Amino acid sequence: MTGPRRAEAGTGAGQVGIVLVSHSAAVAESVAELARGLAAGGPVVPVAAAGGTPDGGLGTSAERIAAAAREVDRGAGVALLVDLGSAVLTVRALLEDDELPSGSRLVDAPFVEGAVAAVVAASAGAPLAEVESAAAEAYGYRKS
Amino acid sequence: MVAAAAAVEREAQWLTELDSPIGDADHGSNLLRGFTAVRAALDAQDPAPAGPGAVLQLAGRTLISTVGGASGPLYGTLLRRTGKELGDAAEVSDEELRAALDAGVAAVAGLGGAAPGDKTMLDALVPGVAALGTSYRAAADAAEAGARATVPLQARKGRASYLGERSVGHQDPGATSSALLLGALADAADGAP
Repeated sequence: MTGPRRAEAGTGAGQVGIVLVSHSAAVAESVAELARGLAAGGPVVPVAAAGGTPDGGLGTSAERIAAAAREVDRGAGVALLVDLGSAVLTVRALLEDDELPSGSRLVDAPFVEGAVAAVVAASAGAPLAEVESAAAEAYGYRKS
Repeated sequence: MVAAAAAVEREAQWLTELDSPIGDADHGSNLLRGFTAVRAALDAQDPAPAGPGAVLQLAGRTLISTVGGASGPLYGTLLRRTGKELGDAAEVSDEELRAALDAGVAAVAGLGGAAPGDKTMLDALVPGVAALGTSYRAAADAAEAGARATVPLQARKGRASYLGERSVGHQDPGATSSALLLGALADAADGAP
């Protein structure tokens, strides 16, 4: 990453927001907690979990995703990381319809590793394109 | 739309049964929730939506926000894109509807990245919409045949694709519900004055 603007880190203003979309509320919350924990050491960017359906079931809620994106939007863009199937399709449909804050991006990355990379990069002040590439790079890390 | 909602209500149980061996057993209940919400949204519109395009856009938006599974954004996109193509005309011709549905199906294919033969709703929608040039009933029959033809296919998209060869031998729930909806369209066309 080139020249993170550490002076601005953690103020929230001008930082990239992160939304984690999972079929499970527990997974989304837990991954958010993990990413915040691993990014700690300084102020951490806004991260919102959008997991499960409003009635507490497994699935994807367009409303939860849109609300989470608005919640973390600080004007520098919002990176959305998703798990499977309907989570991917719902975010794509919302983006196509301009129902997410301007500068929202669906990030093509593994969910857990990508979330950690995105939150660490964004907390260091990286702009959206760098947050996105940091998360996508997580695909390149082979485990065996 | 009312005919479509009624068809979903009638067949929700069957769709969920189809979704049990190769899916997560929620296709019928998800669509039921979605179409019940569509009916409520249409009832709540005062004044009523101006034309078919507005109805379809409202229905599509409602499906995306209420279904909770992949069928929400897929059917939502189908209806919304079709509605946008129709615009705000108070009445549309059969030919305009056919062209709009063509665009809607293309949008679904773009959203999900699937093609005919992948054992998805496209296996019913693509032949169904292609047969619209003949008649609404021909479209429903072609979609029905397309849905049945998904039985020997191996799923290449969605949760069923994780099953690999074990997805063979089951009729695809999404193709089945698509055939059902085109059947509802044919019923509505038959009943039209």
